[in-house]
Amino acid sequence: MKLVTAIIKPFKLDDTREALSQIGVQGITVTEVKGFGRQKGHTELYRGAEYVVDFLPKIKIEVAVADSLLDQVIEAVTQAAHTGKIGDGKIFVTGLEQIIRIRTGETGEAAI
Amino acid sequence: MENEIFQLQYALDTFYFLVCGALVMWMAAGFAMLEAGLVRGKNTVEILTKNVALFAVACTMYMVCGYAIMYGGDYLLSTITGDGVTGAEEAATYAPSADFFFQVVFVATAMSIVSGAVAERMKLFSFLVFAVVMTGFIYPMEGSWTWGGNPVFGMYTLGDLGFVDFAGSGIVHMAGAAAALAGVIMIGARKGKYGPNGEVNAIPGANLPLATLGTFILWLGWFGFNGGSVLATASVESANAVAVVFMNTNAAAAGGCLAALLTAKVLFGKADLTMALNGCLAGLVAITAGPDTPTALLATVFGALGGVLVVFSITTLDKMKIDDPVGAISVHGVVGLLGLILVPVTNDGASFSGQLIGAATIFGWVFGVSLVAFTVIKMIMGLRVSEEEEYEGSDIAECGVEAYPEFSSAR
Repeated sequence: MKLVTAIIKPFKLDDTREALSQIGVQGITVTEVKGFGRQKGHTELYRGAEYVVDFLPKIKIEVAVADSLLDQVIEAVTQAAHTGKIGDGKIFVTGLEQIIRIRTGETGEAAI
Repeated sequence: MENEIFQLQYALDTFYFLVCGALVMWMAAGFAMLEAGLVRGKNTVEILTKNVALFAVACTMYMVCGYAIMYGGDYLLSTITGDGVTGAEEAATYAPSADFFFQVVFVATAMSIVSGAVAERMKLFSFLVFAVVMTGFIYPMEGSWTWGGNPVFGMYTLGDLGFVDFAGSGIVHMAGAAAALAGVIMIGARKGKYGPNGEVNAIPGANLPLATLGTFILWLGWFGFNGGSVLATASVESANAVAVVFMNTNAAAAGGCLAALLTAKVLFGKADLTMALNGCLAGLVAITAGPDTPTALLATVFGALGGVLVVFSITTLDKMKIDDPVGAISVHGVVGLLGLILVPVTNDGASFSGQLIGAATIFGWVFGVSLVAFTVIKMIMGLRVSEEEEYEGSDIAECGVEAYPEFSSAR
């Protein structure tokens, strides 16, 4: 089982969520985050004083997937969240040791 | 029949005074919203509390002694009789209490100018103690030398020297800004506003819709501020004067708004809303000393001059490390002075020398005594919140109430 963490541009959330639903992913967690990669920030102006906005708003999506679905999930997120412009984001894949469904107590892939 | 007409004129003039006074009172809401919109979320409740409380302090202190200092009579309004006619040397043409009501809201306006300039770092109760001194003594003294017609410490009389200030560019606005400047100098800039190499750091306001609403409220209230200063409406002559004043007040605001917006666009490349808002107010302040004499076109131009001046003033004050979160000193002080200087352009009854002497008198008195007052308050109870309190915000430190609890990161 793997945990797929994707940092994407906020306006791409709907597209990405739909793409994941279409391949059969049933649950995701979404967090509002800030960050930068090589995109860096931009300069804004307030009453004549410049200030640099270093951290840009992003959306973090976390999905627990079975190993069999991993490649499809990566493909779906990459396609849906892609714009071609700098700042599209990244996907991190980490191993999941255990999953438990709180309501029923199921574990492992049955809990996904 | 003649008595009936007199009664009608008395009633109409009184009614007019009261409605205009109510409009000026509404400016308090304007100041509150404007300031709440331009400070950070963590300091919003404190500035709102300050605005509500200072209005109450002004009304009370002016009743206790301010009105008496400014216009004569006994303290606690004991010589204002309800009926201005019975037993008076000359029958009043409007109710005496209406006169007090109209005057008291002007005091509150002058006082609220200070609250924006010292926002985000002054202790609430230190400010209110200053408000007691300003509304009970400092403002009434300079008011007595101007609208009160008394000589300045027996030395000279401003009216005789050709000083004209119709609705108070100098008497109210520049005076408020003088006190604000004294406060800002005594209290220093907000932490993090100015960098070590002279950089000016932006500290954006939390709620620009509120700031905009506040500006429109002030614009509306200003019709009462300038319009009521005609002091009458129940004759063809005064009704015409009132109409001209309303028209010019509005024109000046429009001119100021456009000029400031365009100036900001040229200087910064963007349409800075906060500058446009300050521009509207600058236009209004610029015309306040003389809204009765210019043509509508000239009024627009005067307002526009204020709008251009205010943008440069705001950036210049920042370069001088005078931290004014809402631009109060620029809008009311710098442009207040401009407003005074513009009067002789269309009004033969005023002279440039008279305006300058009046401005110097008002500024010198208010600035000087305010410095003393702030110094004394600083020694007794301190002026500025602690560094930790400034960091966590005045709302939590002084009020225990948050303005936007669902958006704060504390929960």
